[in-house]
Amino acid sequence: MLVSLELRPKASKAMVYQSPLIAVFMTLITSMVMFWLMDTDPFLAINAYFIEPVSTLDGVAELLVKATPLILIALGLSVGFQANIWNIGAEGQLTLGAIFSGGIALAYFDVDTPFLLPAMLVFGVLGGMFWAAIPAILKVRYNTNEILTSLMLTYVGLLLLSYLIHGPLRDPDGFNFPESRLFHDSALLPIIIEGSRLHIGFLLTLFIAVLTWMLLIKHIIGFQIRVIGMAPAAARFAGFKQKKLIWITLLFSGGAAGLAGAFEVSGPIGQIVPVISPGYGFTAIIVAFLGRLHPLGVVLAGILMALTYLGGDAAQITMNLPNAVTGVFQGMLLFFLLASDVLIRYRFKIGSIKKETT
Amino acid sequence: MSEFRKLTLLTLAMLASFLVGMFGVAHADPLKVGFVYVGPIGDHGWSYEHNQGRLSVEKEFGDKVKTTYVESVPEGADAQRVINQLAAKGHDLIFTTSFGYMNPTIQVAKKHPKVHFEHATGYKRSKNVATYSGRFYEGRHVAGLIAGKMTKTNIIGYVASFPIPEVIRGINAVAIAARSVNPDVKVKVVWVSSWFDPGKESTAANTLIDQGADIIMQHTDSPAPVQTAQKRGVWALGQASNMSSFGPKAHLTAIIDNWSPYYIARTKAVMDGTWKSGDTWGGFKSGMVEMAPYNSAIPADVVNLAETARKGIISGSVHAFTGPIKDQSGKIVIADGKVADDGMLAGMNFYVEGVEGKIPQ
Repeated sequence: MLVSLELRPKASKAMVYQSPLIAVFMTLITSMVMFWLMDTDPFLAINAYFIEPVSTLDGVAELLVKATPLILIALGLSVGFQANIWNIGAEGQLTLGAIFSGGIALAYFDVDTPFLLPAMLVFGVLGGMFWAAIPAILKVRYNTNEILTSLMLTYVGLLLLSYLIHGPLRDPDGFNFPESRLFHDSALLPIIIEGSRLHIGFLLTLFIAVLTWMLLIKHIIGFQIRVIGMAPAAARFAGFKQKKLIWITLLFSGGAAGLAGAFEVSGPIGQIVPVISPGYGFTAIIVAFLGRLHPLGVVLAGILMALTYLGGDAAQITMNLPNAVTGVFQGMLLFFLLASDVLIRYRFKIGSIKKETT
Repeated sequence: MSEFRKLTLLTLAMLASFLVGMFGVAHADPLKVGFVYVGPIGDHGWSYEHNQGRLSVEKEFGDKVKTTYVESVPEGADAQRVINQLAAKGHDLIFTTSFGYMNPTIQVAKKHPKVHFEHATGYKRSKNVATYSGRFYEGRHVAGLIAGKMTKTNIIGYVASFPIPEVIRGINAVAIAARSVNPDVKVKVVWVSSWFDPGKESTAANTLIDQGADIIMQHTDSPAPVQTAQKRGVWALGQASNMSSFGPKAHLTAIIDNWSPYYIARTKAVMDGTWKSGDTWGGFKSGMVEMAPYNSAIPADVVNLAETARKGIISGSVHAFTGPIKDQSGKIVIADGKVADDGMLAGMNFYVEGVEGKIPQ
């Protein structure tokens, strides 16, 4: 007896939106079994992971600090992914954004002016756009695969940061250690909740989520992006300018990632350091898909993903659970999401394989 | 009679208060000690040794302490959150064990003035932030002497992480020591831009062996270079912990970071209320740096040379940076008969004669 997968005639729309919830639910159930096998009280472990980190106002603030770059980058990526433009290099674009905005902060490190912060954010966006423009021009001109070019440029970006922080951007009073000087107060993002690290970048990110939604749903460009993603031939037939859309989606996602980099250096970090992002650019790809490439979904998915990191800290501190559990959580989440996606679009067929004749 | 009664009562009262006191001590909350690691505790290098130090604190004080660790904490925005959580969860003493935690530690310490912080390898201190590090260059000196004697090709390959003063200092200490017993020695360096990346470390070791190195040294945290040396049939010197199980034939010795005595002493100081901020830079003498057992393939006279140097460092008669020392251009940087002071060591940013290439910057 053979089991094969067959395409369902029509995927249930309700299920498409429910599948992230199913994935989260399955992850919870499976992880409780895992904790039980590890001789850990499953309920205490789940409590440490998902409740304890957000049981204080400071915890909620930290959650949103962590979620901000993930949401921002994923918003940018989701626009491109809908048009089948696969920008995998957000990590590099974030790094360039951090270099550009941090460079401004360091160039005017002793100047106290309200224009410094806006300039840093603008330069952060430009830095990310600049790094995303390279794959865009290569794709438009030479039809180069943007997955490869954007990914490879990530490593170039990280090495550029390494070069700068071991050289020109190094703190002159820092005993040659690879860190820049601390930014001036006027180069730091205002804090929303007194005493926490939650900065205004989170509110700007929510604002950008609304803008992204309007772009996708209300604007002709959003319509074109969706058509080109679902039916490239139809888009060509309708006379959509594909090159223009490549430029728009790559610059948009690069700019968002660059802004995320600017938020990190002017927010929670406050200086340029050799490692600015612990892989936000890659994790955001998971966030984008977990959020169904929809702005609201991305916001929720970003918060959920951030919670798995905070929960990982809390579980280590209060339960002495290993850090690897965090990775297992994220892996399970993605696995169950993909699995339920497959089952929504396909169904099991039991019996011998026959060539489809219809 | 009434006098006797009074006395009995008094005795009883004293006994009771004594018992209550005992009871109170027995049930006093254990001192909570937190550790933040940059790598996984299974790296068999840097974070592994810090975790060994944590375990020895638990062993020393039993149920009088409760230790917690958080591993693989990135050195960016996350560090501050993790350190802050440890402080908020009632830890009295927190060790942050990587250079990149310096500013986050200072920031969190401001918010928690009653918590004691200890930051490894940094230079910023405050009333409740102390710093500590090892004089690993002392171990490098001994390793360099052995390498200089054991090499046939006169090329020492060095797998390095990041061009910070601590790493440069180690490279220089090796070059100076090796050339003191074998003036033809050259040190070739490959930078892997990571503290823990077994794949890259292994590739770097292979490259160095292809270029003629028959001794592989490392300032990275995984045992991959030792494994590569074993496979290729050349010598290796381990880093941070005894790595001989990863390449028993190749492993000449290793420089061991032994944090246990310091961690125990600082924990005790917090318990006794005598903790003070300061800077500790421990070497062979304080036991913070140790050598792993010497490989039996090392001739007796070389072992003798190494041990004499180690004892000399402890007694103060030997210093790894004793002039005349020239930089790559041949300029004298440490005059004849002088030794480098701690300020020069802390900010070292040049290669000495005998090291090939340039410091990336």
